[in-house]
Amino acid sequence: MMVRQNFLIAVLFGMILSGLIYLNNIQCSCNQQITEQGFKLLYNQPSVLVGRTDVASVSPWSAPIIWEGNFDSTLIDSIYKQQNLTIATTVFALGKYTRFVKDFLESAEQHYFVGFRVHYYLFTDQPESVPEVKMGENRSLTVQKVPSLNRWQDISMSRMEKLENLIENELVSKADYIFCLDIDTKFYGRWGAETLGRLVGVIHPWFFDAPRSQFTYERRPESKAYIPAEEGDYYYAGAAFGGSLEDVHHLTKTCREQLNIDAANSIEAVWQEESHLNKYFLLNKPSKLLSPEYMWRDINEKAAQIKIVRFTNVPKNYAEVRPNP
Amino acid sequence: MASDLSVCHLGLLHILMKVNFYLFFLALTGFSLTGHSVLRVTKDTKPNSEMMKFLQNANTLLLVVAVVSLTGLIFLGYSSTSLRYKEKRFCLNLTKEHQENSNLQSPQGLSYKQPSVVGPDGKVVPVTPWLSPIVWEGTFDPLLIDSIYRQQNITIATTVFALGKYTQFLKDFLESAEQNYFVGFRVHYYLFTDQPEQVPEVKLGEERQLTVLKVPSSNRWQEITLRRMEKLEKLIESRLVNEADYVFSLDVDTKFYGRWGAESLGRLIGVIHPGYYQTAREQFPYERRPESQAFIPYAEGDYYYGGAVIGGLVKDVYEAAKTCREQLDIDAAKSIEAAWQEESHLNKYFLYNKPSKVLSPEYLWQDFKPHTNEVKIIRFSQVIKNYAAVRPNP
Repeated sequence: MMVRQNFLIAVLFGMILSGLIYLNNIQCSCNQQITEQGFKLLYNQPSVLVGRTDVASVSPWSAPIIWEGNFDSTLIDSIYKQQNLTIATTVFALGKYTRFVKDFLESAEQHYFVGFRVHYYLFTDQPESVPEVKMGENRSLTVQKVPSLNRWQDISMSRMEKLENLIENELVSKADYIFCLDIDTKFYGRWGAETLGRLVGVIHPWFFDAPRSQFTYERRPESKAYIPAEEGDYYYAGAAFGGSLEDVHHLTKTCREQLNIDAANSIEAVWQEESHLNKYFLLNKPSKLLSPEYMWRDINEKAAQIKIVRFTNVPKNYAEVRPNP
Repeated sequence: MASDLSVCHLGLLHILMKVNFYLFFLALTGFSLTGHSVLRVTKDTKPNSEMMKFLQNANTLLLVVAVVSLTGLIFLGYSSTSLRYKEKRFCLNLTKEHQENSNLQSPQGLSYKQPSVVGPDGKVVPVTPWLSPIVWEGTFDPLLIDSIYRQQNITIATTVFALGKYTQFLKDFLESAEQNYFVGFRVHYYLFTDQPEQVPEVKLGEERQLTVLKVPSSNRWQEITLRRMEKLEKLIESRLVNEADYVFSLDVDTKFYGRWGAESLGRLIGVIHPGYYQTAREQFPYERRPESQAFIPYAEGDYYYGGAVIGGLVKDVYEAAKTCREQLDIDAAKSIEAAWQEESHLNKYFLYNKPSKVLSPEYLWQDFKPHTNEVKIIRFSQVIKNYAAVRPNP
């Protein structure tokens, strides 16, 4: 009687156990991204300048490259305004960089996603020095206090982790797209819905006409940001990137992880998180590329292909504004 | 409106399930142990009533806990599998669909300059004014594109209609497709015909298959072409949602002469009609009677798209086919047939639901047309035919 009872219990237990194991094994892996390719793909370097018109308007993987003249603003606005979008926009202003906030915000209110709902997230170690800037309708600003850092390189690199956390904790269900911009900049022309896409990178203004071997990628194989000399599509600027929340979350998470691995190996990539961003974009092609109109060298500098400067670095004395050389 | 990051996080549910599972396991073990002891004690000489009571209570308690956690497990297991199934489908959809950007609806009556296909310097324009790529030879890298899409393990459904004498075009269509169309990808042809016995034997490559679907004959070629939208809609509903990721609907009186590959994949694909890529929009053969649902006023229009090619993600092509079919039915009820049948309705659809990618006339040529400077390679072209000979009616 005892044996039978125990036996029955054991059988019942066994059945349920196997059922549960079966249920547990139906996994869903939402793996949309390619983080490490198992093979090396070699192909000709794409060119920004030589194409079917005076500049290339599509990348070799058919992502549009946005230049003045290849999109119609009215049409684009009308398509995207119907979608009732919110665009989160992050900037980091630590130490002396708070002096750039006023011009950034004021010029953004003139040129950046005018007519759309924009929510700025300003990370700073001195919330009291954030200037009062009049915001348009449907525009808002949130100030987030962060600890000070002694090295500008650390300030730059820590952005990835802060962005990752911001998306996870705050932005889910509050924004559709996010752009992460440098603060020592200013808008001079339209930056609008033509820039929206799943994963958006900006072509660096100093390298758009350089061969890939001269791109300032990280070249030491020990770093996770390493890109060999015969690989690379474009050199992307770390000063501006964006896309859908999910894709930017994956980007920032991956870059943050790679940065940590490098730090554990006591290696700092040649251009900090910009090097890691370039590695990410090599393996996870952006769905849209912005021409250097969207991140230019200086308002007074000219180039034949740049018909309009929309967003540019402002001149500064690096020795003066940076906390360290 | 905002993105659904939460859908892919079933973490909490998994944790609950695991906790419940271990609880159940422990409770059951405890139950059997205490039950064991109770019976042992009962068998013994003098039952210690306090010990006995304790054991019996513990036994009952553990039984209750085991039953409750079992119920919880069953419930969580059920909801997690159904959520997982939804998540799996959503995730799978996310993988394919989310590779493509959001849809591009634009309002009626918006006025803007007609986009040009050939620029003032004679060079082709590789992007539309709403930033969809226009696929021309030289604007994409086939090796790179193939390697991106091959990783996605996709199936491309391809529908053709061969009724009446049009079955004569099947052999060349299929043979040339096997040489040029999505080579190296999984392709499933769906062939609609009124004479299944006329379908030729064509050797298909690995991972390629053909399904023949019998449909009723018709006396009017206009009728045959109109009904395609409805058949496409029904095929997607009944089969393609489960069987394919992308679908292309192609004319059968055609042949492939060059590569047609993954560069043509996207959310919603239209092809620029070879006869009108340098025509002013006022001269496009749109339906111009306001009574028709396919009506487009003279001041509007981007390109004239060929009805011979529609493609995209299964669900987006479904929307297009469904809308066109509805509009066609409304027109039929009013006894009005659009100038170019379903091509007119398709053009209306594409005007207000911009394609996410546009194929250049390389992807739809006409054999009788002489080559032009811009079209450097002919990939897919309508063969020369004697209309009087092949059509059931004039």
